[in-house]
Amino acid sequence: MEWLVSACFGVMIACGVYLVLRARTFPVILGLTLMGYAINLFLFLTGRLHTNLPDIISANQTRYADPLPQALVLTAIVIGFAMIAFLVVLSLRALGELDTDHVDGQQEKPPA
Amino acid sequence: MTLALIPLLPLLGAFIPCLFHSRNLNAASAGVIAGFSLLLLLLQAPAVFSGDIPLYTRSWIPAMGLTFAFRVSGFGFLFALLVLGIGLLIVVYARYYIAKEDPMGRFYTYLLFFMGSMLGIVLSENLLLLMVFWELTSISSFLLIGFWRHRADARQGAFMALVITGGGGFAMLAGFLLLGHIVGSFELTDILAAKQIVHAHPLYSVTLILILAGAFTKSAQFPFQFWLPHAMAAPTPVSAFLHSATMVKAGVFLLALMVPVLGGSALWFYLVTLTGLITLMFAAYMAMFKDDLKGLLAYSTVSHLGLITLLLGLGTPMAVFAAVFHIFNHAAFKAGLFMLAGIIDHETGTRDIQRLSGLKKAMPVTAALTLIGCGAMAGVPLFNGFLSKEMFLAETLGPNLLGSAGWIIPLGAVLAAVFAVAYSIRMLLGVFWGKPAENLPRSPHEPPMGMMLSPGFLMAVCVLVGIFPAFFAGPLVNAGAGAILGPDMPAYHMAVWHGFNMALVLSMVALAGGAVFYLQRHRLFDLHVWCSRHLDGKTLFESLVSGLIQAGNRAIRFLENGSLQRYLFVLISVTLVLGTVPFAVSRTPLLGPVAATPLDPVTLVMGLILIIGAVATVKTHRNRILSIIMLSTVGLVVALAFTRFSAPDLALTQISVEVVTIILLMMALHLLPTTTPMESSKTRQRRDGLLSVLAGCGAAALAMAILTRPYDTISDFFLAHSVPGGGGTNVVNVILVDFRGFDTLGEITVLAIAGLIIYALLHKFERKAPETDDMGLPWTQDRFPMILVYITRPLLPLALLFSAYIFLRGHNDPGGGFIAGLITATVLTLQYIASGIVWTRPRFHFDNHVIMALGLILALGTGLTSWALNYPFLTSTYEYFTLPLIGKFEIASAMAFDMGVYLVVVGSVMLMLVKLGSINSEDARTVSISAHMDETLEIETLEDKTIEKETH
Repeated sequence: MEWLVSACFGVMIACGVYLVLRARTFPVILGLTLMGYAINLFLFLTGRLHTNLPDIISANQTRYADPLPQALVLTAIVIGFAMIAFLVVLSLRALGELDTDHVDGQQEKPPA
Repeated sequence: MTLALIPLLPLLGAFIPCLFHSRNLNAASAGVIAGFSLLLLLLQAPAVFSGDIPLYTRSWIPAMGLTFAFRVSGFGFLFALLVLGIGLLIVVYARYYIAKEDPMGRFYTYLLFFMGSMLGIVLSENLLLLMVFWELTSISSFLLIGFWRHRADARQGAFMALVITGGGGFAMLAGFLLLGHIVGSFELTDILAAKQIVHAHPLYSVTLILILAGAFTKSAQFPFQFWLPHAMAAPTPVSAFLHSATMVKAGVFLLALMVPVLGGSALWFYLVTLTGLITLMFAAYMAMFKDDLKGLLAYSTVSHLGLITLLLGLGTPMAVFAAVFHIFNHAAFKAGLFMLAGIIDHETGTRDIQRLSGLKKAMPVTAALTLIGCGAMAGVPLFNGFLSKEMFLAETLGPNLLGSAGWIIPLGAVLAAVFAVAYSIRMLLGVFWGKPAENLPRSPHEPPMGMMLSPGFLMAVCVLVGIFPAFFAGPLVNAGAGAILGPDMPAYHMAVWHGFNMALVLSMVALAGGAVFYLQRHRLFDLHVWCSRHLDGKTLFESLVSGLIQAGNRAIRFLENGSLQRYLFVLISVTLVLGTVPFAVSRTPLLGPVAATPLDPVTLVMGLILIIGAVATVKTHRNRILSIIMLSTVGLVVALAFTRFSAPDLALTQISVEVVTIILLMMALHLLPTTTPMESSKTRQRRDGLLSVLAGCGAAALAMAILTRPYDTISDFFLAHSVPGGGGTNVVNVILVDFRGFDTLGEITVLAIAGLIIYALLHKFERKAPETDDMGLPWTQDRFPMILVYITRPLLPLALLFSAYIFLRGHNDPGGGFIAGLITATVLTLQYIASGIVWTRPRFHFDNHVIMALGLILALGTGLTSWALNYPFLTSTYEYFTLPLIGKFEIASAMAFDMGVYLVVVGSVMLMLVKLGSINSEDARTVSISAHMDETLEIETLEDKTIEKETH
């Protein structure tokens, strides 16, 4: 199971990095969203993989999943959304001001 | 407390002179503040003269060993007296010196700022506190040198002084930290008592060198001497005060302070003595050739600082005594001479010795005062400089560690003394004797009385101390030297006449030699012109700086070419390298001992879907709509993964955020181009692809390394205290609203700020969506599909009820404010999408800003309430109640906090989405004029019919 989850994490990071390195704002946002998913998952993984061990205290249960990474990730997901929203708006505004959605605010100069 | 006020009064009162427009008030307010501080200092005099060290200590950052502590040792008292005494004289003098056009208030503000910082240095008990003041003097010196900010030389001089003394201060901080580490305390009282420990420590030599670097740069010792002459671009009162009497002496102050701790070793002797000797000779030599009066005095100052350093390097009790005495004497005559040079400059318009001559007719009083000053500077008997210089010469004759080469020191000292006599004569005779100068910028005359007051006072001190040393300077110098030497204090009686001895012979040789040198000066000048072409500190410094700047520019051009893609590429590569190297170097196996759990087919399939989704997002990223759909697959599978691995709260959050994110991206895409042009070259794609794969492999390896290692969690505490302490069985929610409530408060604040930023960014921003899609097809006419409209409306109350349910169960079962907030936001957004802004907005009678603010206030309020009830911030409580029918239920104060979270989430998400949805003016307008009218009518009739149907 660990192998699969790590592989998924790696693929998400790889795809995210590739998209973030693109020249237009929209793929960069996609890449950051993807990396956001990946990093939330990674933070969650630090509490290790547990099956059927929710963090609801009950009398007949002795083992629980690690609640701390979960609490951290929960807020991270929401903040991550706020960041993506901010970037989306920033890119919109940049497009409005600069008339291009290139990340440098101008078309790439042809190599000299 | 009165003790701490001595430095704090000028520091805190520094802004006061700035408040007045009258020049007299500027000066008077500065004078009153300095005078008050002086009074407070004098109150300490009885204790200090009886040998006590008054202390004032307050804890500041105990964990770092930083205390807010001051002490008045005899030595500190002497220095503080110099700072405040000369400071007051400078305040008076500057009132006449600073021109009408210059901002006098600002000048006095800087001056007081400096005065407080300098007092802080000499009175600090804690080394770290001393360091703070040390840096403050560098900054105030920078401001004062650059006072005439329109002048390039002033700016350059200020910059150079800051770089040199700031760099030295940096080294000294490191030295202090080491010293504190060795001794185990930063308090001077402890450090001064720890000589044995410090000397025996292996880090002794490093500590010494670092601290010396700080002291030498501050006191302009060779090879850092060159900044001081360039600091003369400052107004003359500043040169007199900072760059001769006080600030440059901070270095020798520190040396003297450290003699009992760091002194006495061979390394100390070699470094300090030889540096002092070289500085003494070199600067005295340079001073002979300066045509600028201030330049001459500046080099003379460097030379005298070298003399004091040399004495402290010798380190014998008499040498230290002489050093303290010379610090006092030099401050008196050099500050006075600077002021006189300022007067000459002020009244004639030039300070060039070549142009000036024969001024004694026009300025007899100035000439007389200069005579005294130059006499003291040259070491002529009956002036104070003679006494300490003779003691200095006597000390150089003593045995030293150089053994058979020991004669170098007295020889160098006598040579320097010869130079000193020569430049003193040159200053005096060159300016005041000879035939009266012509073509001066101003016709020379005596300055106003007030300007003469300060140098007059100082020259009087020079003469009085020179004739009655034991009476006028004895107690002060004894107290000062006694504080450093302690029991080693020599029983020395200061007197003008000590009988005929070797030191007196050397003094006479110096006087005679100096006269000869002065007469033969033309030959010397020729030699010097030849030499100076090849050696110049300023040129060296500037070529060094410009070399550094060029190298920096090259590096910047290489790294920072304006392409964000390049930056990111470099950033990710570096991260990758930094992340991989420690693993590779440490040779620990990548995988830990924990065995992997078995894989089941369902999870495998989901994992494959995720991988395919992620790769497809990249593959399709030029077709933006398609790539969003692919991306949403990934998000959904992540939500499923959370479910699979026992995190229902996360799954709920992820799935609702996922919905909102996709809506957001879709809305943005309406206004952004729908496709990405093909831009990257094949090489770049391959290069980026390679880096991505490497990054992915690194990330996967990292995840694997963590997952296969045993782990230790701190969560047992939360699990154990969740029910008894927080009153909730859902530990994740209890952590959010109770254990780590403060974090959550911060996070919802961030969320609210993000909402506001987005609102601000889009305020008054309009953008037209394209008329057609990228294939040239017009958008559908059916803006608000009827089926969607009619499904969403009944959905609203249901969804709200559901979110209330999720909210209420949150404390004990998966759910809570975040998730409920997101669900509410989603369903509200759905109304906007289905029915349009124009229909929806008036029907929701609330302002998203207000919702958000209410949420924050509520969350903060629950925290403050517990505070008001004398519990720590955000402490929660809970109680169980029983109601008929419903049964036992719980009310926890954390619920109110969670309600705040809920409101902030709803408010900020709605704020973002609604604002984003309303920037396409075209949409809003068509809806509001035509479509809106028809549509609302239509809908209303439909609604009526539905209602009728339902009532039937």
